[in-house]
Amino acid sequence: MTTDEPKIGVYVCDCGFNIAGVVNVPEVVNYAKGLRGVAVAREYKYMCSSPGQETIQKDIREKGLNRVVVASCSPHLHESTFRRAAESAGMNPYLVHMVNIREQVSWVTKGRDEATEKAKSLVAAGVARVARHSPLERREVPVRGEVLIMGGGIAGIQAALTAAEAGHHVYLVEREPSIGGHMARFDKTFPTLDCAACILTPKMTAVKNHANITLLSYSEVVAVDGYVGNFKVKVRRKPRYVDEAKCVGCFECIEECVYKTPKFSSEFELGLGKRKPIYIPFPQAVPLVAVIDPETCIEFKTGHCKKTCVEACGDRNAIDFKQQEQFVELDVGAIIVSTGFQVFDASRMTNYGYGRYPDVYNALEVERLAASNGPTGGEIVLRNGKKPSSVAIVHCVGSRDENYNPYCSKVCCMYSLKLAHLVKERTGAEVYSFYIDMRTPGKGYEEFYHRLLVENLHLIRGKVAVVTDIAESPREEGKLVVVAENTLLGGVVRVPVDMVVLSVALEPQADKEQVRRLLNMSCSSEGFFLEKHPKLAPVSTMTDGVFIAGACQGPKDIPETVAQAEAAAAEVLALTSKGFITLEPNLAYIDKALCSGCQVCIPLCPYRAIELDRSSMVAKISDVLCKGCGVCVAACPSGAALQRMFEDDQILDELLGVLS
Amino acid sequence: MMAQAKQFEPRIVAFVCNWCTYIAADAAGVARARYSPSVRLLRTMCSGRVDPQFVLAAFSGGADGVLLCGCHPRDCHYSSGNYKALRRYTLLKKMLSQLGIEGDRFRLEWISASEGEKFRRVVEDMTDRVRRLGPFKLNGGP
Repeated sequence: MTTDEPKIGVYVCDCGFNIAGVVNVPEVVNYAKGLRGVAVAREYKYMCSSPGQETIQKDIREKGLNRVVVASCSPHLHESTFRRAAESAGMNPYLVHMVNIREQVSWVTKGRDEATEKAKSLVAAGVARVARHSPLERREVPVRGEVLIMGGGIAGIQAALTAAEAGHHVYLVEREPSIGGHMARFDKTFPTLDCAACILTPKMTAVKNHANITLLSYSEVVAVDGYVGNFKVKVRRKPRYVDEAKCVGCFECIEECVYKTPKFSSEFELGLGKRKPIYIPFPQAVPLVAVIDPETCIEFKTGHCKKTCVEACGDRNAIDFKQQEQFVELDVGAIIVSTGFQVFDASRMTNYGYGRYPDVYNALEVERLAASNGPTGGEIVLRNGKKPSSVAIVHCVGSRDENYNPYCSKVCCMYSLKLAHLVKERTGAEVYSFYIDMRTPGKGYEEFYHRLLVENLHLIRGKVAVVTDIAESPREEGKLVVVAENTLLGGVVRVPVDMVVLSVALEPQADKEQVRRLLNMSCSSEGFFLEKHPKLAPVSTMTDGVFIAGACQGPKDIPETVAQAEAAAAEVLALTSKGFITLEPNLAYIDKALCSGCQVCIPLCPYRAIELDRSSMVAKISDVLCKGCGVCVAACPSGAALQRMFEDDQILDELLGVLS
Repeated sequence: MMAQAKQFEPRIVAFVCNWCTYIAADAAGVARARYSPSVRLLRTMCSGRVDPQFVLAAFSGGADGVLLCGCHPRDCHYSSGNYKALRRYTLLKKMLSQLGIEGDRFRLEWISASEGEKFRRVVEDMTDRVRRLGPFKLNGGP
C-alpha cells in the first residue's frame, strides 16, 4: 500500500552446512536477483551473526533498500533478530520478511535439486509478499508488576522468593493445604545427603513471612483471561472450614477431636500414615493451619458431633463449619507455571506386584518411610513392623519402556542410589539394584555412585521380569523373589528379598490438559509443557507472559528445578521491569468505506472486540481487545475487515509466489 | 513396468496456523523427518483467517491440492478460530465437489505443535493421493 517502488534485498543464509549442505544457495541467490523489485541478493554463512546482520544494515543504508527478505531458519527462531537489525539501520521492522528454508526445506527434503527448487519458490513468494508490506507501528501497552505462580513446590517457592525479593508482588497458588510439593516428602537429597527439610522449610517459612507474597493455599486457578502484561486470573479457594486468619496452628483441635486416634488415610503420607478428620498435613506445613475433611468429619456427616474441636479452639474461634468456597480475582502481568509431576502408577505393571504384595513399595513411599517426620519416624520397616534383611530396588519402572513412557525420567538412578544408601544405613540390609543403564551425569553424581559401590551395593544389570511370592527353593520361602536376566553374566537370576522398591517414572500431572488449555500452552508428545525453544527460550512458552519451571516441563532434579525457577523469575523481571511492552501490530481493522454494517463479524469474534458504531452504522474493532486471529477478516463479505501483517493482497501474492 | 517417465510431482499449498501446525512443521524439520518437496506452507495467525477465496485462488493459480491445518478442537490459540475454519471447510468442500474438484485435493487436518511426525505423514499421504489424481484441471480442461 506504500507508493514507493520496492527495492528489495534478499539474503540467503548457508547456516553453515545446515542449508548449504542440501540447497544450492548460489543458485537461489542468482534466481532471486532476477525477481521483480530485487535490488540486491547475497549469500552468507551465518546471516544471524553480527557480520551477517551488518551486511543487511549496510545495504539498507548504502543501497537505499526499502524491503528485506531473509531466507534462513524458522521465523520463530530469528524473526525478531532480523527485524531489530533492520530497525537499527533505520528501516521499519515490518518491511522485513523471513522465508523458512531450513526447518521446512533443507532439513526435510531429500535431493539437492528438489530442495533448491523448493527454496527458490519460497524465496519468490517472500519477495512477492514483502513488496506488499507497509510500515507498521508497534503498540505499547503497560505491564502490571504482579506475578502469579501456579504450584508451590520447590520450583514455585524459589520463583516466588526471587520475584518477591526484586520487589514484585507475587500470588502463589497451591492446591494442597500446604506448600512444599514433593520435596517436602523427602528425607535426604542426593548427592550431598543433606536433609530436604533443612533446605526446604526455611524457604517455606520465608514465603509465608514475605511482605510481597500472598500465599493462596488450598486454591486452584480456574480461569485466565487477558494477555501478556495484563492477565485477569480467577482463583477458587476451597473451604478449609478453618479460618486461616484466626488459626494459630496449635494442634489443640486435632488433639481434642472426637476420634481419639487417627483413623483415616493421610494424603501426605501416601496412605502409609493416618490422620483425623481435622488435620495439619505435616508438622512443618505452611501455612500452619488446620483443615477439615468433610468426607470423614462427623459434624459434616451427621450434624450431631460433640464438636470438641470447637471447644478446644475456644476464644480463637477459628473453626467455621459454614465456610464456603470463594473466588478471588487477581490482576497480574506475568504467570509462572510450576505445577510439578506425578509418579507413575506402578500397579499398571502387574508383573511387579505393586498393590498386590504389601511389601512392594514405590520409591516415594520409601521416601516417607525414611523421613524422620514420616509415619515410622524414619525407620525403614516392612508392613509387619520388622526391619528387612534384604531389599531389591528396581530401576526404570514406567520409564524407558515403550509400553509406558519411552523417555528416561532422569532422576531415578540417583534417587535409587540415595534410597539404597538410606536402606543400608537404617537397616543394614543387603541391597540389590536392578538397573538397565546407570545414568549419573551431574555435579558430584558419579562420585556418589562410586560411594555406593564402596558401600557394597549389589548391582545387577538387567530389567526385572517379575516379582513373585512363589518359592522354588527353601531359601525363597516367605520371601518376594525378584526374577531378572543378568545381562552382564548372562542367565536368569532369582533374588529372594523382604522388600521391593520400585523406582517409578516421573509423569506429567493428571490434569495437565486443563492447565495447558487454561494458559494456551502446548505439550510435548509425552505431555510435559512445551518450552518455546529448548536452547533459546527454555522457560518461555508460546504464550507471551507465561513461563514454566520445574518438572512440569520435564523430569528434573532439585538443583535443575531451582535453576529453572530462578530463570523464570528473571524472565518475569525482564518482561515487567520497563513497565510497558510492545505488541505485534497484527490487528484487524475496518475499512469504513467498504463496511455495509451487516454485523456478520460481530458474533464471530472470540474476544468481543467488534461492535457496531451506531452513528456511522459500520463495525468498529477495539485495538485493546483484538488479538489478531483474523477470523472476522476471512468472514467479511464485503472485504471491509482487514488485518495488518496478513492483508489479503500479501497472502494472495505469497500464494502466487509459491506456485510460480 | 511403466516407462522411466518422471513421476508427477504435485504442487500442494498448505495454509497453516502460527501456533500449532507451523510449529509442527518446524518440529518435523528438527527431527529431520523427510517428506515430499511438494508442499508449500503459508502461515496465518489462525486457521480461521483462511478465507475460502484463498483456496480458490490456490487452485486457479495452479495448485494440485490444498491442505488446511490448525490446532486440535479445544486447543485453538484464539479459542474458536479452528471451528470457524472447520465450518468454512465443510461448505467449501461441498462447493468444490460441485465444481468437479476431487475430494482428495482439499483436506483439513488438526496438527498440534508436538505432532511433527503427523505433519510428515499427512503431507506424504496427501502427496500420494494427489499424485494418483494427476495434475489439477478444472472440468477436465486443457
